[in-house]
Amino acid sequence: MLFPALFFYLFAGVCISAAIMVIAARNPVHSVLFLILAFVNAAALFILLGAEFLAMILIIVYVGAVLVLFLFVVMMLDVDFAELRQGFLQYLPIGAFLGAILLIELVLVLVGWTIDPNAQQTVAAPIPPAASMLNAQALGHVLYTRYVYFFQAAGVVLLVAMIGAIVLTLRHKPHVKRQNIAEQIARTKANAIEIVKVRPGQGL
Amino acid sequence: MTIGLGHYLTVGAILFTIGIFGIFLNRKNVIIILMSIELILLAVNVNLVAFSAFLGDLVGQVYALLVLTVAAAEAAIGLAILVAYYRNRGSIAVEDINLMKG
Repeated sequence: MLFPALFFYLFAGVCISAAIMVIAARNPVHSVLFLILAFVNAAALFILLGAEFLAMILIIVYVGAVLVLFLFVVMMLDVDFAELRQGFLQYLPIGAFLGAILLIELVLVLVGWTIDPNAQQTVAAPIPPAASMLNAQALGHVLYTRYVYFFQAAGVVLLVAMIGAIVLTLRHKPHVKRQNIAEQIARTKANAIEIVKVRPGQGL
Repeated sequence: MTIGLGHYLTVGAILFTIGIFGIFLNRKNVIIILMSIELILLAVNVNLVAFSAFLGDLVGQVYALLVLTVAAAEAAIGLAILVAYYRNRGSIAVEDINLMKG
């Protein structure tokens, strides 16, 4: 009983400290690295909750793809980040004020609510006991049957995002030679060679 | 020393507040704003998975998966817009993004 609690406090503490460092770090590269730390610790929290599949997805998709993309963009853009830090303290009061209001509201919600005792009866897809089925298997049984349209919609969202990202960033430089296959196929003997009669002793 | 639903919801609430705070604190830096949005979505996911685990309902995890998908798509599109904008203007300062006078 003690170890899960200890690990919860460890992972939650590191996750929250890393999140604070994300918004407070001077260098955006450090921000991205702290965001990676926060996501890895959130994945550990998911494992404590018994959602192993989501934890692995968080590490593989988020840390492996999205945050590396962030790192790539931060390093690729040649921006003077010190200049962007100007006015950092200017927005601190209003930010702290709104953040405090939000946190107080969330704390009030946390203190105030209780779970409806009937909530256990209205469960849509009960989690099978861990001994009979793994979390990934259970999720697959639900995701590919009852929620298959949601799954397809998620795929469409990713497809649109992929096409959109390519369209936004693809650029053709004018002076780079590119292969034009239609032009190559349409080439015939008539327009490819020119026969010149050269008289002996004279050049062209 | 039992860890209950409230503990996880507290973590989610703190992460959410840090995300909102980060948007205000780094008004000039779009990259940090995008990272703050990622933090907010992570907080939402923590809440969904916590409720899913403590109510014994798998649908919360399915929904967290969809939130993860949308967050990944949003990050990809946002960074693509950022790269295209930097290519055209040579800067990513938020104050300069007022061409449409909106």
